[in-house]
Amino acid sequence: MSENTVNHPVTAKKVNPRIENYKMIWKRLKKNKAALVGGYLIVFFIVVAIFGPMFLSKSPNETDIANKLAGPSAEFWFGTDNFGRDIFVRIIHGMSITLYVGFTSVVIGLVVGVPLGIISGYYGGRIDNLIMRVMDVLLAFPGILLALAIVSVLGGSLQNVIIAVGIFSIPAFARIVRGSTLSVKKLEYIDAVRALGATDFRIIFRHILPNVMSPIIVQATLRIATAVLTAAGLSFLGLGAQPPMPEWGAMLSEGRAYIYDAWHVAFFPGMMIVFVVLAFNIFGDGIRDALDPKMKQ
Amino acid sequence: MNSSENILEIRELRTSFFTDEGEVKAVDGVSFELPRGKTIGIVGESGSGKSITALSILNLLAKPGEIKGGEIRFKGENILTYSEKQMREIRGNDISMIFQEPMTSLNPVYTVGQQIMESIRIHQGLNKREAKLKAIEMLKLVGIPSPEKRVDQYPFELSGGMRQRVMIAIALSCNPDMLIADEPTTALDVTIQAQILDLIRELQNKLNMSVMMITHDLGVVAETCDYVAVMYAGQVVEFSDVRTLFKNPRHPYTVGLLNSLPRHDIEQEKLKPINGTVPSPHNMPKGCRFAPRCPFATELCRESLPELVADENNNQIRCWIYSDEWDGDPEVNVHDSEERTAKG
Repeated sequence: MSENTVNHPVTAKKVNPRIENYKMIWKRLKKNKAALVGGYLIVFFIVVAIFGPMFLSKSPNETDIANKLAGPSAEFWFGTDNFGRDIFVRIIHGMSITLYVGFTSVVIGLVVGVPLGIISGYYGGRIDNLIMRVMDVLLAFPGILLALAIVSVLGGSLQNVIIAVGIFSIPAFARIVRGSTLSVKKLEYIDAVRALGATDFRIIFRHILPNVMSPIIVQATLRIATAVLTAAGLSFLGLGAQPPMPEWGAMLSEGRAYIYDAWHVAFFPGMMIVFVVLAFNIFGDGIRDALDPKMKQ
Repeated sequence: MNSSENILEIRELRTSFFTDEGEVKAVDGVSFELPRGKTIGIVGESGSGKSITALSILNLLAKPGEIKGGEIRFKGENILTYSEKQMREIRGNDISMIFQEPMTSLNPVYTVGQQIMESIRIHQGLNKREAKLKAIEMLKLVGIPSPEKRVDQYPFELSGGMRQRVMIAIALSCNPDMLIADEPTTALDVTIQAQILDLIRELQNKLNMSVMMITHDLGVVAETCDYVAVMYAGQVVEFSDVRTLFKNPRHPYTVGLLNSLPRHDIEQEKLKPINGTVPSPHNMPKGCRFAPRCPFATELCRESLPELVADENNNQIRCWIYSDEWDGDPEVNVHDSEERTAKG
């Protein structure tokens, strides 16, 4: 019988196809060298953020006026700022702030944006219209301007920057999830579970959500980069982290005044922002290609 | 027939889609009944409204579709008046449905076991272990070898025929009284088709189930059904038991459908298609909907729509030829369509 010839051998039981699938994704990701570098960098950044400060003898706010604005040297790897604070130490301490802002604001965007997107796509009609028009309004603001407006209403603090960046990530998630939901909900297995008497809640969370995960993962990764950049931008403008917090955007802002005399004060925080954003961006692109090989033509 | 014998009675069902171009009457006054434990075939071309009829029964129409009128009596109760919550109780539990595409009817991210367990857990409140045992039992019932292994496999590891068996297992896991099979074999290759049809019939007998078989394949009807409703452009044009229909088809459309099949008992060089296409739902003919394609159509046919009329054996027909008002050749023989078309 032709039906039985396609039977998989008995070994099929031993491998979990879901793990096999992850292995496939990992395999494809490994082929993409740039993405791999991005991934390693992210892991490195996270390790540094968690363990880095333990290996430093100095505190980030320890001033040393005698050595103010000293250039990079063996003692001060990245030089010192106008208070004589060691920029390298400040950058290591700032790593956790940057990653924390990036991750938490994206989590806010996810938690609000994904359900909105699914509800919008699944129910359609008036609810869809309402949600998407609100999203359109949010999208109509240039990202930084929207975050700026929110921070100026809430007041300048790191926490409010996270909220602001989170809110401005919502429409990106809502839109991408809505699009995927629209295509998934037309598939026959959704009709099939409806015909079994499943509730909308069950259909949305058990059947649609797992099938729209890959664009969400990709978007979340890329979104961390944007969030880091926006948060740094807000701090640069003095609306986020307040001195003397070793936040990179704030450090960059402080260094701006000395750019002609002591380039390193602004350069190193700026360089770190670039590295983190770049790492998340290329890693996100890599994940997209690995999760959906068809997209890559 | 009274309602205690019929598991399902549909009366004057009307379902429409409200589009930008206006109302599209996808199902327009469909009536038929399905006796308990029997199989009815709903036959028709694409767009004749057969699938919409099925979805209307479960109230699964997506917008802009809407049931506008009529009655659907399931075990004597008009389920059109049921709330969404009551309908959910019925779906999968009392009436189950299997779909055309086994390749896409299973969720790719869950094992087949999880998907069978889902319906069991929705309706029967069993715990995970009991549900899994029941899932294995169901896989065994639908003839899947080594069900203990299969239960943990994902849909992509199964062939189309296997997946359709899994779909049947899911549909039957709560012991429904009625199964709606929407072209269950269309997407399968011929050898598997026969197996799946045999399986449905066997399980129907075992579980004493009624089946509504939606198909465009008269071969499937001949093999599996007790009654047939032939649908054309949203209406039932002929309803009778399967023997009568094949032995003595009365509606010119049914005759055309049968003539368009290859036959092994007579020699023929070409198959005889029905000329023309199904009328656009936006622009239905004023009279009989089949009139533009019917070789026997007269002025009467083009002007007014015939009623669905039942004879003493409850064989129903919607055609002027069988009425007293027929204004064409009184000696007309619908089986002569060939000469007719040639002459006309």
